[in-house]
Amino acid sequence: MNAIEFRNVHLNLGGRDILAGITLDITPGKFIGVLGPNGAGKTTLLRAVVGLLPPSRGSICIFGQLAACGHPGIGYMPQVRSSAAGMHLSGWDFVACVLHGHRLGIPFPGKMGRAEIDRALDLVGARELSRRPLAEISGGERQRLLLAQALVGRPRLLLLDEPLINLDPRHQHGVVDLAKSLQTELGITVLFSAHELNPLLGALDQVLYLGRGQAALGTVDEVITTPVLSRLYGSEIDVVRLKGRIFVMSGNYDMEHDEHRHDDVSASE
Amino acid sequence: MLEYDFMRHAFAAATVVAIVSGAVGYFLVLRGQSFAGHALAHVGFTGATGAYLVGIPPLWGLVLMTLAAGIGMGFMGEHMGQRDVAIGLVLALALGFGLLFLHFFTAFATQATSLLFGNVLAVERGAFWTLLGLGLASLAALAVISRPLLFASLQPELAEAKGVSLRLYSVLFLAIVAIATAECAQIVGVLLVFALMVGPAAAAQQLTSGVGKGVLLSVTFSLAEAWLGIALAFYTDWPPSFWITALSATVYLLAVSPRLSLERGSLRRNHRQA
Repeated sequence: MNAIEFRNVHLNLGGRDILAGITLDITPGKFIGVLGPNGAGKTTLLRAVVGLLPPSRGSICIFGQLAACGHPGIGYMPQVRSSAAGMHLSGWDFVACVLHGHRLGIPFPGKMGRAEIDRALDLVGARELSRRPLAEISGGERQRLLLAQALVGRPRLLLLDEPLINLDPRHQHGVVDLAKSLQTELGITVLFSAHELNPLLGALDQVLYLGRGQAALGTVDEVITTPVLSRLYGSEIDVVRLKGRIFVMSGNYDMEHDEHRHDDVSASE
Repeated sequence: MLEYDFMRHAFAAATVVAIVSGAVGYFLVLRGQSFAGHALAHVGFTGATGAYLVGIPPLWGLVLMTLAAGIGMGFMGEHMGQRDVAIGLVLALALGFGLLFLHFFTAFATQATSLLFGNVLAVERGAFWTLLGLGLASLAALAVISRPLLFASLQPELAEAKGVSLRLYSVLFLAIVAIATAECAQIVGVLLVFALMVGPAAAAQQLTSGVGKGVLLSVTFSLAEAWLGIALAFYTDWPPSFWITALSATVYLLAVSPRLSLERGSLRRNHRQA
C-alpha cells in the first residue's frame, strides 16, 4: 500500500489552481524533500495531505484512506508557528496539549499519556529542554518541541512544513539530521518542505519538485535536471553541480537563493 | 464581621465568583482574549439596564446579553486585527445603549454605580443561589471542553488538522466567558471585571509553567483577592471593588517584577536546577 496516492489532484485557493492534475505515488519509508519556488504550492500540498484543504478535483489517499482531518497516521508540523512562543508555559505542557487533543474532557495525561509525551520528547532529544518555559528557549529548541508534538500518537507519515525557516546553517543541519534519523529508526515516511535543496542533499531519498501547477517526483538525479526544472519553472534552467552541492540557475541567477532572499524581505515587512 | 448577614452573603458570593473567574480567566489570558472579556462585561451593562427597564432581575439581563454577545463574537472569527476594532465598537455601543436605558428609567444613580462598579455587600440570598447555579454550570462546561480548548488555543493549525473545530470551541468558550463575566460583574461591576478575570490569571501564568498548577494558582489568587478585598472594605469602609482591584494589580505587579529585574540567565539556571 502506498503512503500517499494523488489521482488527478487539483488544489484550488481563492479561485486559482495552485496544483492542477497531479498524479503520483509515494511508497512508505521514504524521506522526500518537497521543493519549488515561492507560491509553487508546497504548503498547500501538505495541507491537502493533512485534510485541511480538500482537492477541488481528483482524490488523495493516505495509506489507502481518503485524506481527511484527524487521520491517525499523520504527524504534522505546520508552518504557521503557534502564538505560544512567548508564554511562560513549559515545553512539556505545550507538547502534551496534543495528546488526545480532539477528545472532550480534562487534559490530565495519566501515566500512559505521560509516557507517550516523554517518548516523543526523547525521540527528538528534548526531554531536559521541555522543563523550561517556552519564552526562554531558542528558535532551534522550539523547533524540536514542535517536532515532538508531531510525533505524539505515533504517526506513520510525518509532514514538516519549512522546518528550516529562520534557522542558521548549523541548526538547519541539526534539524535535517534529526528528521532523517527519525525516518530510518521509526521506518516512517517523511515529507520535508524547504526553500533550498542543498541542506537536504544527504538525507533525501526522493524529491517532489513543484512549479507552475505541476509536480515532478523522483530521485535527485532524475528530477534536478535541465529538462525537468525548465518545464517546472517555465524558463531555461541550468543545473550546476559544484563540490557536492547543486545550484539551480536561470541565466546568472541562483533561483533557490533568490527565492530565499525574497522571503526574508517579505518577512521583515 | 461574619455576624452580619450581608457579610456572610458577600463572602459566599465572592467565593463562587472568584473560583469561576479564576478558572475561566486562565484560559481567557492563555488565548489572548482578555479584551473580549472586558467588552462582554460592557455589553452586560446594556443587558442589566435593559432588564431594569422591562422589570426583570438585572442579573438575568446581564446573563442573557453577555451570552448572546459572547456567542456572536465567537462566530465573528479569528482575525485579530478586525476583532480589536469590532470589539471596541461593540463595547462603546453597548455602554451607549446602557446609558440610554438608564435615561428612560430616569432613576437611581445608585443602580448605575452598582452595575458599573459592583456592590458585593448587596448580594441577597436568592441572587447567591443563582450565582452558584450559573457558576457550577460554567465550570462544568469548561471542564468538559478544556482538553480540545487547550489544544485549539496553543496549536490552532495542528488542532484543526486533528479535526478540532476552532470556531465551535471559540463560540463555546466565549459563551462560558459570558456567564463568568456576568457573575463577576455582580462582585466588582462591569467596568472592573478585569480585576477578577484577568489579573489573577495573568499573574498565575507568570509564576507557573504548568496548566494544572496555573489554573489552581489563578483560582487561589482570585479567591484571596476577593476575600481580602471584602474584609478590608469592612474595616476601612472603602468600597470592596476598590480593594479588589488594588489587590489584583498589586499581585500582578509582584508576579511580573522579578522577571523584569532579574537577569534572564539566572532564571534559566533556576529552571535547570528545578
